[in-house]
Amino acid sequence: MSTVKLTVNGKAVSADVEDRTLLVHLLRDHLNLTGTHVGCDTSQCGACVVHIDGRAVKSCTVLAGQAAGSSVTTIEGIAKGDELHPMQAAFRDNHGLQCGYCTPGMIMSAIDIVHRHSGQLDEETVRQELEGNICRCTGYHNIVKAVLDAAGRMKVAQAAE
Amino acid sequence: MGVEGIGASVVRKEDRRFITGKGRYVDDIKLVGMTHAHFIRSPHAHAKIKSIDTSEAMKMPGVVGVLTGQQIVDDKIGNLICGWAITSKDGTGMKMGAWPAMAPETVRFVGQAVAVVIAETKNQARDAAEAVVVNYEELPAVPDIRAAIKPGAPQLHPEAPGNVIYDWVIGDEGATDAAFKSAANVVSLDITNNRLVPNAMEPRAAIAEYNEPEEHFTLYTTSQNPHVARLVLSAFYNIAQEHKLRVVAPDVGGGFGSKIFIYPEEMVALWASKKVGRPVKWTGDRTEAFLTDAHGRDHLTKAEMAFDKDNKVTGLRVKTYANLGGYMSLFSSSVPTYLYATLLSGQYNIPNIFAEVISVYTNTVPVDAYRGAGRPEASFVVERLMETAARQLKVDPAELRRKNFITQFPHQTPVIMAYDIGDFGASLDAAMKAIDYAGFAARKAKAKSEGKLRGIGVSCYIEACGIAPSKAVGSLGAGVGLWESAEVRVNPVGTIEILTGSHSHGQGHETTFCQLIADRLGVPISQVSIVHGDTDKVQFGMGTYGSRSAAVGLTAILKAMEKVEAKAKKIAAHQLEASENDIVIENGEFKVAGTDKSLALPMVALAAYTAHNLPDGMEPGLKEGAFYDPTNFTFPAGAYICEMEVDAATGKSSFVNFVAADDFGRLINPMIVEGQVHGGLAQGIGQALLEGVVYDASGQLLTASFMDYTMPRADDLPSFKLSHTTTLCPGNPLGVKGCGEAGAIGASAAVINAITDAIGNNKLEMPATPDRVWHAIHG
Amino acid sequence: MHQTTYHRPSSVDEAASLFAKGSDAKYLAGGHTLIPVMKQRLASPSDVIDLGKIKELIGVEATGDGIVVKSATTHYDVASSETVRKAIPALAYLASLIGDPAVRHRGTIGGSLANNDPAADYPAAVLALGAIVKTNKRSISADDFFKGLFSTALEDGEIITAVSFPVQAKAGYAKFNHPASRFALTGVFVAKTPAGDVRVAATGASQSGVMRVGAIEAALKANWSAGAIDAVKISADGLLNDIHGTADYRANLVKVMAQRAVQAAG
Repeated sequence: MSTVKLTVNGKAVSADVEDRTLLVHLLRDHLNLTGTHVGCDTSQCGACVVHIDGRAVKSCTVLAGQAAGSSVTTIEGIAKGDELHPMQAAFRDNHGLQCGYCTPGMIMSAIDIVHRHSGQLDEETVRQELEGNICRCTGYHNIVKAVLDAAGRMKVAQAAE
Repeated sequence: MGVEGIGASVVRKEDRRFITGKGRYVDDIKLVGMTHAHFIRSPHAHAKIKSIDTSEAMKMPGVVGVLTGQQIVDDKIGNLICGWAITSKDGTGMKMGAWPAMAPETVRFVGQAVAVVIAETKNQARDAAEAVVVNYEELPAVPDIRAAIKPGAPQLHPEAPGNVIYDWVIGDEGATDAAFKSAANVVSLDITNNRLVPNAMEPRAAIAEYNEPEEHFTLYTTSQNPHVARLVLSAFYNIAQEHKLRVVAPDVGGGFGSKIFIYPEEMVALWASKKVGRPVKWTGDRTEAFLTDAHGRDHLTKAEMAFDKDNKVTGLRVKTYANLGGYMSLFSSSVPTYLYATLLSGQYNIPNIFAEVISVYTNTVPVDAYRGAGRPEASFVVERLMETAARQLKVDPAELRRKNFITQFPHQTPVIMAYDIGDFGASLDAAMKAIDYAGFAARKAKAKSEGKLRGIGVSCYIEACGIAPSKAVGSLGAGVGLWESAEVRVNPVGTIEILTGSHSHGQGHETTFCQLIADRLGVPISQVSIVHGDTDKVQFGMGTYGSRSAAVGLTAILKAMEKVEAKAKKIAAHQLEASENDIVIENGEFKVAGTDKSLALPMVALAAYTAHNLPDGMEPGLKEGAFYDPTNFTFPAGAYICEMEVDAATGKSSFVNFVAADDFGRLINPMIVEGQVHGGLAQGIGQALLEGVVYDASGQLLTASFMDYTMPRADDLPSFKLSHTTTLCPGNPLGVKGCGEAGAIGASAAVINAITDAIGNNKLEMPATPDRVWHAIHG
Repeated sequence: MHQTTYHRPSSVDEAASLFAKGSDAKYLAGGHTLIPVMKQRLASPSDVIDLGKIKELIGVEATGDGIVVKSATTHYDVASSETVRKAIPALAYLASLIGDPAVRHRGTIGGSLANNDPAADYPAAVLALGAIVKTNKRSISADDFFKGLFSTALEDGEIITAVSFPVQAKAGYAKFNHPASRFALTGVFVAKTPAGDVRVAATGASQSGVMRVGAIEAALKANWSAGAIDAVKISADGLLNDIHGTADYRANLVKVMAQRAVQAAG
């Protein structure tokens, strides 16, 4: 057992966990942040994607101890109060989700994609960049639309700030 | 249509919880005192269990109990059942072997559960599972159809000699043979319909809780049909009486058929929760999904089509072997029979059809309904034959189809189905226009000049959904009726709750069902809630599968709404001192036509519940229920055309364009309908290009993770161009047909037709991986 | 996964001494190879020693005639490094194809090389570029480093600290994705040194892991062009043969990817 201290969604948190605990289980089982999901055992599906220090990572493939001292952002931490993150809003407005299970990881990856490309995205790039997130419902058509839409919205939001 | 009424692309009400991480799936639920289950599964495809030693595991930290298959038999828990009886051509019933929830004696596929460890934590359960010692005596295994039907093959179940479950026929054999004898041309194909894994992104899960003083169980589970689960668990598995079992299916992360069935893990969790006196949670991992979720498809087919000298189809003869796996899953028997062979007429006027289906046991995961369920297999047979015929007869594939289209409705096919309406020419026209079919020859020539192989493929599918008229399916062997139920509750303040037996696991019912209410009453959808997925809240219902929720579930809501409206009109008329016949409903108000007198819905509702001033003899309250049993299947149909380019050097196929023109009747929410089509197309394309289960000769599953089973990813797929043509379904008052499965049914043939056109070689099996395409090109 | 003890040393020396103390210790950098196998309980180290936060192991440096990529540098940092892009763009490109974006944010060059998966991308670059693998004990040439499937010249407890890549006259990489896992079904790295020597390495193809492809090297040395490879015959003997690619198909891919790598190299 170790005490793991880190920042999650802006708040300092601490948890006593077995050393074999994965970050995703720390979030889900110890911090009750159940928006981050587990969809596979092989680091493929991306349902568990969160940001560690601003970068999208698969929280099923990170030990809780590896995240100690880091700042973790989950799907629960991206809206500002009642105001949705532009990526969340774009997923809703473009019908970029159906069952919702892959959605949190998809949104966290998509935000990271827009950040890394400074909002300069085309369909082909978005499709390639979504390689690590599997959705079984949407055929990706509306997810791609949502990401492109959000890239525009995030640019506008950034310009306004 | 209002802004939120029928036909409006209303943004989904349910989305906010999903995009903020506040969805509530089974694994998100924690109960006080909850324990965790880990199953011990067979590593062998076929073996006798010699012994199970649980003594060391029982001593491991945190272990609450270790339970075995023998104990579940000793407790008289029932075997899993198949709920659709199929009769063989010799008049005998299907040969069903016993399937206990955990194997007491014999295992018949890799992954079958033999014991379960219950412990304080998931890791402790898994740690202890390693200390359970199971001794097996391996038996020879049959991993596929060909091995199963070989004379002298190892036998799986004593009930099924030769591993044959049934040998079933449909259609007129003599007339069909005669049509072939007099045919001007005959086209034949050997087809493998590849086995698939549904892979809903949320793995299956269950939490069971037993309340000892009340003798009452609660089961939270990943189900498409919680009432059916409760019925089966109580009536057949003897786990609890129906009134002592609550089944809750909260947010469910996709189903695609795989979450229709009641699996051993849910049964064991319930039984174990009473055994250990604690709530028991089981959450499957992805490997368990591959090893235990019912797989789909898996047919071997020989199909022949006869043509007269005018290229009119005169006959279709099909022989299919279907692999049902090691045991018969809940609806497995119906999928390759009544959901498959009854659609072999496709969109065409085929006077003579004969089909024989032989279903067999193999040492593999049970096979059952997966998106489309039988209809994709039928559509693939018909559309591959049509394409092959066009090439053989040297006519345009679109025109050959058009020449044979059914144009008069209703149309009785030789294989049970009576198509009610359609306009197949209209959807084909729309698709051809969308893809510029006329300009393809020039594009192909240009691609050729650049050293590239380009092809185009057409697929005109039809399906039967809106499943199903209870009387009809009952006469065909179904063990259940396939109606749907609804209750409409107008609360005293005028807000509305709709209780439905349908279950939403991605389909958007929380939005579309509200749109009907908005359309009828003119109230905003924010005033309406959809209640589903909990047997304690909702009256008995049949659940969601077979593209039935709009055609059957929503019609049930409409029927209940009509009763509510009739009563509300009476109340309004009484209050407004007007004639009931003069009351019209507009924008949430009950108006006296031609006057300025009106009463808002909340006032009508309040009057109904205060009951101070109701018409004489009227009961208080404003709540009505309805059961709706459809009179026929519905018949969505459409045309898909796909243009592909193949890299001859690597065999990799890429999409140039994919167009879909569907006729789903009336669309409730076009945005959601298109989302359903996109998802279905992705699964159909996945089958054609990427996905396929592979077992080795000993019955080990080689594709047991996303590392080896190719799931469609964003960069494997194109954006789709969709359009709609409309003939309203005459079978239900809304005119809807259903849209959930179409893409998966029609897409795969379009893709394979396009690739075989590009490479000029018709010998290509699904999935058409680059390796296979390269070999098809280079030999 | 089984129980383990997690350590986070702050120096290479501390890491090595922790390793020596563990009964069955394993190093972890990004964790994207070790953690998945621990989850499957196929590896059960007593101690997991995290190299990912050791400052001396992170970063990219330009040297006079090449670049040094320190071992715990992530694939993303290599792919987006201006230094790498300028000196050996094909190496940055290769790093940009590993796994997926989230994997690239965690996975490291040292972890990839120490694991030596037969379908990993980095071994192709290291072998074709004639890189030097530096450890806390010695320097190992690429030709001596790879010892077959999941096997390297590393001794027990030895830590890769950096990889030194010499600049090339020309270098290119082409990868044909494994459709499911997105490893290389076959990937080929081609390189031509300033002195005109040619090295070609293929990953994902051979049963014994990353390999030099002598026949293509000879053809390209004579004539650096995609067309020069047309006449080369690649034998399917010893190549991987599985449900995603037969040996003869992989033999074809070695040739086709080599041609595309040459085209990419210019």
